[in-house]
Amino acid sequence: MPAPIQLSAVEQARQIKARRLSARALTEAHLARIEAIDARIGAFLRVDAAGALARADAIDAAIARGEDPGPLAGVPIALKDILVTQGLETTAGSRILAGWVPPYDGTAVARLRAAGAIVLGKLNLDEFAMGSSNENSAFGPCRNPWDLTRVPGGSSGGSAAAVVSFQCAAALGTDTGGSIRQPAAFCGIVGVKPTYGRVSRYGVIAFASSLDQVGPMARTVEDAALLLEIIAGRDPHDATSIDAPVPAYRDAVTSQASVRGLTIGLPDEYFAGGADPEVLAAVEEAVRVYQRLGAEIVRVSLPHTAHALPTYYLLAPAEASSNLARYDGVRYGQRQAQPGTSLLDMYRETRGAGFGTEVKRRIMLGTFALRSGYYDAYYAKAQKVRALIHRDFERAFERVDLLLSPTTPTAAFALGEKTQNPLDMYRGDIFTLGCNLAGLPGMNVPCGFTGAGLPVGMQLLARPLDEVTMLRAAAAYEREAGTLDERGVPVRQPPGLPAPAEVSL
Amino acid sequence: MTASAWEPVIGLEVHVQLGTASKAFSGSSTRFGAEPNSLTDPTVLGLPGSLPVFNRQALEHALLLGLATRCRIRRESRFARKHYFYPDLPKGYQISQYDEPLCEGGAIELSVGGAQHSVRLTRIHLEEDAGKSIHQPGATSLLDLNRAGVPLCEVVSEPDIRSAEEAAEYMRALHQLVRYLGISDGDMEKGQLRCDANVSVRPRGQSALGTRTELKNINSFRFVQKAIEHEIARQIRVLESGGRIVQETRLWDADAGLSRSMRSKEEAEDYRYFPDPDLPVLVVDDELFEAMRQRLPELPMARYRRYVDAWGLAADDARVLTGERSLSDFFDAAVAAYGDAAGAKPLANWIQSELLRELNRDVRAVDACPIAPAQLAALVRLVDQGAVSGKIAKQVFGEMYRTGAAPEAIIEREGLTQISDEAALEGIARSVIEANPGQAAGYRSGKTKLIGFFVGQVMKQTGGQANPQLVNQVLERLLAG
Repeated sequence: MPAPIQLSAVEQARQIKARRLSARALTEAHLARIEAIDARIGAFLRVDAAGALARADAIDAAIARGEDPGPLAGVPIALKDILVTQGLETTAGSRILAGWVPPYDGTAVARLRAAGAIVLGKLNLDEFAMGSSNENSAFGPCRNPWDLTRVPGGSSGGSAAAVVSFQCAAALGTDTGGSIRQPAAFCGIVGVKPTYGRVSRYGVIAFASSLDQVGPMARTVEDAALLLEIIAGRDPHDATSIDAPVPAYRDAVTSQASVRGLTIGLPDEYFAGGADPEVLAAVEEAVRVYQRLGAEIVRVSLPHTAHALPTYYLLAPAEASSNLARYDGVRYGQRQAQPGTSLLDMYRETRGAGFGTEVKRRIMLGTFALRSGYYDAYYAKAQKVRALIHRDFERAFERVDLLLSPTTPTAAFALGEKTQNPLDMYRGDIFTLGCNLAGLPGMNVPCGFTGAGLPVGMQLLARPLDEVTMLRAAAAYEREAGTLDERGVPVRQPPGLPAPAEVSL
Repeated sequence: MTASAWEPVIGLEVHVQLGTASKAFSGSSTRFGAEPNSLTDPTVLGLPGSLPVFNRQALEHALLLGLATRCRIRRESRFARKHYFYPDLPKGYQISQYDEPLCEGGAIELSVGGAQHSVRLTRIHLEEDAGKSIHQPGATSLLDLNRAGVPLCEVVSEPDIRSAEEAAEYMRALHQLVRYLGISDGDMEKGQLRCDANVSVRPRGQSALGTRTELKNINSFRFVQKAIEHEIARQIRVLESGGRIVQETRLWDADAGLSRSMRSKEEAEDYRYFPDPDLPVLVVDDELFEAMRQRLPELPMARYRRYVDAWGLAADDARVLTGERSLSDFFDAAVAAYGDAAGAKPLANWIQSELLRELNRDVRAVDACPIAPAQLAALVRLVDQGAVSGKIAKQVFGEMYRTGAAPEAIIEREGLTQISDEAALEGIARSVIEANPGQAAGYRSGKTKLIGFFVGQVMKQTGGQANPQLVNQVLERLLAG
């Protein structure tokens, strides 16, 4: 018998609604798990035990009254600490926001709560989501549960690490250039970056507004589909949210999910992109699984792929330099100034002390790119290249239903391995950036392990708003590859951690 | 050179606060005078994670202004972020419009000394207001973010203005226009209309522009003229003493009656404009465009011309009656109810002499006038028809203003109908003559001024209701006989 915390979120909700498991017991089991292992991993920045237990009791009481608390009834989840939570400190992994307790919930968070989810706490991340290893967190790194000497990926590293080590049933992350998919790949979980505008950004601390998107991180495709179904949809608080009906994502991934008749494209540029042979081998094996399942596999070209990285590193820092202007020490967060300090010095000292190195680097890059007289050469030109990259995808999707590639060039790297070389770190995102620049939905699906036992992930990309096809293909692979048991428990789990304890009702 | 040897060249940048119910990008109220920082929300405060959503009412207001000034309306305009650090700017940037503003071109019509002028506009764009910094004695400053996020239209003129007087007239015309359109109260004291002036001077006859300065913080109609006059004089003084004008921003100090340098061009900030990725392109579709065109009222200048050209009003009367839209609407409705353009002049007189006096005394708006336009028209008709005398009509008017009752009802109730029945008046006149034989003899012996005595007696006996002209005629006839 697996422990309840190993079950999928869907299965946890089912057992709670059937009263085979109480929300309180499940929450306590997760809190105990966090207590037992997170000191070694560092996934949580903040655990709200009291809030979670109070909410669990409310869910149990509602169920006892015969009410339906929603599709995630009593399921303990956790949130990347870039999602604003009412009454619960939110820092974006930055010293400059330390101590800030928001007066409101973001839309995705509010929707999860309304669906019955229990928020256990806030998860580690690279400061303001800027990074690919979680090493840029102002509050210490997070470690990869598969190998504690390695990074969990970033920026949603804490989310991926917490989910795979059963510290929460599922989590929300954000993805600006791969920040959901890359840590999902490094930690061996499912991570979905929805179409830009599919999920509201209200209450998501902005990094790069035209690229940021919230998405679910889970151990099963069905869990991810359920979470997406809950958080997706038009929000009057976000003018960029799309007013399109939300499909029943969860229904799309049931056992009937099939890829027969689908055409899956393999972008030449992503396979010739210098990926590690072990990663390529695992992804090519996944391609053969799809062939076996009846999908047609074709090769496609995304000719502007090489320009994605420089384009991204102009646009994202430019937007970031603007979005981070509000951290001035005036209204909230940390202020570094003694009475009598001049206004300019207050700004300098607050921002100097409050921001970390990578954040400062990107603010400077972005400020440079937006300078009067340089706008056309940098920002405007990058927007033109972005349009070309977008067109590459449009053309490819005239021929194919999905694109498949490695999510990352390598499996998880060691802590400290790339911190001295930002460009090397940036290059790790080459397969994920295009998806954000084009506003497409994309996801990571675990597809095997390296010889050293590190997870490998494949990336699926779909047409705008066609998450259904993407999730269906992911579910078909997951079933065929047999990565889960019949209760949704991953067959292979991080070694070296204590076994999740049994919990009874 | 004398002052008249120099030609001032002036362009104005005017910020108009739009009178929307909620802020430009969030739901907080825009009420004036509320408890500091009470009209805020996550978006107004620039809290992490907050997002702007544009207020459609602000777009409608801006479109009305653009259409009224005959601008080209950009069917797809864009919001941009303008960056600078200041404590009353919560996000570190102001959401504004930059290279793709809503309105371009157009003009504002005004009259200076009776002559019609047209000042061309460069553009009208939408943006949000900043909060207010309240500097305390010592080192502390307080912030009130109630004003932050209030929608603004920035109206930028071409340098077409040639005198401080014309600049003041431009402000008055814009003030009048925004009130006509119902898009702002335009109260300068409340900061609903704020003026920055770009001022330069050049030797008369020279086509090249002189170096300009920007004058900020001009917050009353009186100061517009004063501040610009002062700046023109300052520049002429500098140039005539062999100096040169430095391109700079100067702050008008109304108390001291002078301007002070705030920053030079070299210190000018780089605002790092770029399109705001949080806001989609602002689309004006045909439906909205047409709806706003339909909503556009007849503008003050058009009404002025109609009053003078078609209705024959004096220029001054027309100016008074078009000053406020509510007054002009009242006047138009009264003339319409009268049913004939011939009613325009007497109605204009009634409104200016009686109605405005009462309203001004009570500090009451035209909209709150107890007398309906049609009632005033009815009163004027009754006078025309001789049903009441002018004197009685003023009495009836007073009663109408107090009670809101229709003039016919008041005349009926008070028995004020003018006696124009010649036979009835003749009877009264005879008895008056018989009762005063001495005066009658005096009149007949040549003291014709005594007619006034007899008229007075008849009026007295009829309670003032007799038609005075008729009384006069009857008495003259009887006394002569």
